[in-house]
Amino acid sequence: MAGASVPLFGQIDFSGEWAPRFYEDQPERVPGPELGDYLGLPINAAARMRADTWDASLLTLPEWQCRPHGADYIWRGPSNLTITKEVDPVTREITAFHAVWLRSVDRPVYLDNRPHPPEYANHTWAGFTTAKWDGDMLTTYVTHLKEGYIRRNGVPRSDLATLTEHWIRHEDFLTVVTIVTDPVYLTEPFIRSTDYQLDLHQHVPPYPCDIVEEVDRPRGVVPNILPGKNTFLNEFAQRHKLPPEAARGGAETMYPEYQLKMQKP
Amino acid sequence: MKSKLLVFAMAVSLGMAQQSAPERRAERVQPAGEVHILHVRGPIYMLVGAGGNITVSVGQDGVLLVDTGLANMSDKVLAAVRQLQREVAANGVPNLHYGAESLSTARVILDTNAPPKPIRYIINTHVHADHTGGNEKLAKAGRTLTGGNVAGQLADASEGAAIIAQQAVLDRMSAKPATNQPAIPFDALPTETFHSDMKLSAFFNGEGVHIIHMPAAHTDGDSIVYFRGSDVISAGDVFVTTSYPFLDLERGGGINGEIDALNRILDLSIAEFRLEGGTMVIPGHGRLCDSADVAYYRDMVTIIRDRIQDMIKHDMTLEQVKAARPTLDYDPRYGSGERFIEAVYRSLSQAKK
Repeated sequence: MAGASVPLFGQIDFSGEWAPRFYEDQPERVPGPELGDYLGLPINAAARMRADTWDASLLTLPEWQCRPHGADYIWRGPSNLTITKEVDPVTREITAFHAVWLRSVDRPVYLDNRPHPPEYANHTWAGFTTAKWDGDMLTTYVTHLKEGYIRRNGVPRSDLATLTEHWIRHEDFLTVVTIVTDPVYLTEPFIRSTDYQLDLHQHVPPYPCDIVEEVDRPRGVVPNILPGKNTFLNEFAQRHKLPPEAARGGAETMYPEYQLKMQKP
Repeated sequence: MKSKLLVFAMAVSLGMAQQSAPERRAERVQPAGEVHILHVRGPIYMLVGAGGNITVSVGQDGVLLVDTGLANMSDKVLAAVRQLQREVAANGVPNLHYGAESLSTARVILDTNAPPKPIRYIINTHVHADHTGGNEKLAKAGRTLTGGNVAGQLADASEGAAIIAQQAVLDRMSAKPATNQPAIPFDALPTETFHSDMKLSAFFNGEGVHIIHMPAAHTDGDSIVYFRGSDVISAGDVFVTTSYPFLDLERGGGINGEIDALNRILDLSIAEFRLEGGTMVIPGHGRLCDSADVAYYRDMVTIIRDRIQDMIKHDMTLEQVKAARPTLDYDPRYGSGERFIEAVYRSLSQAKK
């Protein structure tokens, strides 16, 4: 009896140290996006205006110097990722995964069927995530997000957005598909996939952030560009020889058929 | 009073019928007819659904309310307060965990399982009826702690909770009402007023309470209430998450005072880690927030102010400004910006004269 084995089964384990692989959209992710590049984003006119009037100097305000990426964008950052699992000591069920990146807050992903908080509860950068298994794929649902961005050139994502993810592991590779739905700034769900590779020699170090006075400016100034006054918006389209309207984005620009439209005189 | 309530309720209903989709979406955080309780930190709770949000401090010293919601929601607000009192009596008062022994820590031990204490203070953040409508009923359910000469000479001095507000709130609530409008009942009026700021003279439920006037913001009598131990700010309507700011110019509001108020809240706030948590901010309407949410809102209000200021500088008329749609990028989040544009335009134009 003592030697009898108990059958063991569990869904795939996502815990471990993961290093980002920039197989997708490297120019946007590492050097950073160009101003006025909204190509491939299913944004509406309101999002376009927010981005057109966005001034990067906004990030020098003390309120924004230490802002981390939101849960939807953080996968795309250049940060290394640690995923740990939380196990109930009695039932030994996995009750949650915790994801933490170099520059992020801890993000719990609950697997214990707990309800989402009420609508009047606080929102966070990580949001509130529940998840369920679909075979070996983990599908998450995220609510209670703070406002964030879908591209780091001022294209906003609102605090009313929700996020669905599919976590997929193939041996040492992790692929995460993110689907952002935003009733405020998107006309269609925005879907991206991002890859990581297991790294057995990685340990994510602390990343302290100190807020300092970066610019001496009068109290209450919020850097912004007045509508119609942004002189840099056409540079992206000109540099890459794109029709200007393509750079303005919109759902149509996400689909392959749009290339045919661009080729027409 | 009944006719006034009826008119107000009809106005609320009509207003909801005319709302855009985002406004309706935002309204979902306040389901009609139900008052919801959300614990914020330590002795501080937030009541949602009674009109404006209500902040409650409940503990060993009794109950302090910041705002009282709509008059027709008073019974439900009172029921929610009673529920909190019972829970605190049953489970013990939340301890703010001071390191040294103090009156507060001793009281936590002494008062555990003591009978619920009454409502001692009501603080009004401003004059509007969705924040002061429950004053009369909720104050009558409370009791003022008094004694000595006051109790000896004024037999009713301890009857009802004290109602604290900035002087302009009392002035406006006690002013001669407009034609066909009933006067606000005497028992609903503030009993203690101040001009610039006021601190409760002793800790309440284990912490200092600082009431700070925000001049010419949402109205001319706005205050925020800072619970210094819990690190929670009750902001009133200078900060809401459901709409653009409502600048009540008829009651002394103004855009630059509104921006000053938001910046003052940010000055008082310290985030816990990576710009979230830490100082929590209860808005006048909408969901619980922290300083990052206030910063986003401050940015939005300031950016729109800057745009309209520039248009005024270029001698654009109000109609031209509206046609230029300076709030287009925020309208899907906060609803139609027409009323806000007009208020900002008039506020800045008045300042220019």
